Amino acid sequence: MTRLLTPTLALAAVVAIIAACLLGSTPLELSRVLAALAGGADAGDRIVVWSIRLPRALSAFCVGAALGLSGAALQGLLRNPLAEPGVLGVSASASMAATFALYYGLVTSNPWILPIAAIVGAVAATALILFVAVRTTSVVTLILVGVGLSSFAGALMSLLMNLAPNPFSLSDMINWMLGSVANRSFDDLLFCAPFMVVGALILFTSRRGLSALTLGEEAASGIGLNLRRQRVLVVLGAGLVTGAAVALAGAIGFVGIIAPHVVRPWVNHDPARSLLPSALLAGVLLIIADIGVRVMPTDNELKLGVVAALVGAPAFIWIASRRRALVD
Amino acid sequence: MTELAAQSLRVVRDGTTLVDDVSFACQTGELVALLGPNGAGKSTLLRAALGIVPISGGTATLAGDDTQHLSPMVRAQRASYLPQRRPLAWPSPVRDVVALGRFSHGAALGRLSAADQHAVDAAISACDLDALAQRGTDTLSGGELARAHFARAFAAQAPLLIADEPVAALDPRHQHRIMQLVRDFVANGGGALVVLHDVALAARFADRILWMHDGRLIVDGTPAETLTAERMAQVYGVSATIEEDRVHIKGAL
Repeated sequence: MTRLLTPTLALAAVVAIIAACLLGSTPLELSRVLAALAGGADAGDRIVVWSIRLPRALSAFCVGAALGLSGAALQGLLRNPLAEPGVLGVSASASMAATFALYYGLVTSNPWILPIAAIVGAVAATALILFVAVRTTSVVTLILVGVGLSSFAGALMSLLMNLAPNPFSLSDMINWMLGSVANRSFDDLLFCAPFMVVGALILFTSRRGLSALTLGEEAASGIGLNLRRQRVLVVLGAGLVTGAAVALAGAIGFVGIIAPHVVRPWVNHDPARSLLPSALLAGVLLIIADIGVRVMPTDNELKLGVVAALVGAPAFIWIASRRRALVD
Repeated sequence: MTELAAQSLRVVRDGTTLVDDVSFACQTGELVALLGPNGAGKSTLLRAALGIVPISGGTATLAGDDTQHLSPMVRAQRASYLPQRRPLAWPSPVRDVVALGRFSHGAALGRLSAADQHAVDAAISACDLDALAQRGTDTLSGGELARAHFARAFAAQAPLLIADEPVAALDPRHQHRIMQLVRDFVANGGGALVVLHDVALAARFADRILWMHDGRLIVDGTPAETLTAERMAQVYGVSATIEEDRVHIKGAL
């Protein structure tokens, strides 16, 4: 079963992306979607599939995969099933930095500014979390610092909204904060893709060290792990993919905690082997959530981030309350 | 022959001298016990000698190379280290924990080479863990867990074993089982440096005892030479009578 996990999830991802192309305000038949994907069909179908639904589905997948991957890697690094970019305040910090770039109109001068701002925010927050993590063995302290960081980033965003020059930019910022992959184009994806790819490569090349950290930091060092290098790589990798995800979709929480939690028993609780399945599962979850957002008959389309938090926060509480009291 | 050697090693933290001018050596073919009361600096001495923590003076070498500049990977290939605190973050199967001992050989969990598989199997058998190999570590008793950690250390196939209080909190039978594992490891050509709190156990199993007190190495010699009532009073502050390798502790001084 363990061997089939990754192929199954990869297949599920493909099915979910095709399903996302089928469903929507005007449902398309499978034959028309497949024809449009292959470059045939009529121009209208091609626009719906290639310009609207496919980039949106791929964005949802990439954002989910990025958050699932960084969640799994951070959980391995911090040896804590509650670690996740959202919980630790990394997403909020990235979001705040991105909002800042939006607010000051830096984005209009160069489209690369947005992902870079989000990534700088994410890396800075991850580094701060790590700085605390190295000095304390207490999981509670770590989560509390994450809460504080989230609140601080939230307060800075509120400040920016407070100072918003006009209602339009205010509404822009609020839309951004809620988190969504609506109206994303392939260009948006392309701006974030390099950061996601590089971050993911860094995390995958350092994954063996995450297994070693199962033994605790001192013993991990004892079996040959270079702790400092491992920390830097994971912080950088997780910061890059989280920042890129936030740049693409705003802050979307809790996927990064749920996917690794579901995957872990299937991979013998090995953080290294949980990376790829966690990324795939989180990607599938976000595509499904986004399909739900689109087909739900509401006057205003629900934001993906709102739905993710509505489902994810109770799941987080459930995981936290079931966690066995480990020897901290 | 592989040797861990320290020359005038000093460790000072925040103005407190934890290890003061300690010189010792431990090489393959011998089982050395490191004894001393809580706070004597035993754990710090091990970490400093292995280059895991920075030192304030002196030198430490492992197979001739300065441990302060040794990469963790090379160090792990020469000496297995079992720290005092051994928290396991996840309820991994025993076999995976043992397989982590192959980290310094480039092994990745789930795709072990034939040589890795062989070393892991041998270590599991040596520690009598065959029946528990697929069990989650969260379901093991303290004694079973201690054996799993030893199997992990043996799987590395490093010539030296450095263990910090490996038998703490174990019942007498498990204490002897673990010490017999270490004894067998030494008989097969390994060398071991083990921190113990049970003086009788050290006298029974060790070739040599290093007595530490207050950051200093008091004396280094065979149990027969160094285990005396005066030493027990000096190092541990207890009154004791010694009959050959038997120790009766009457009370605190």
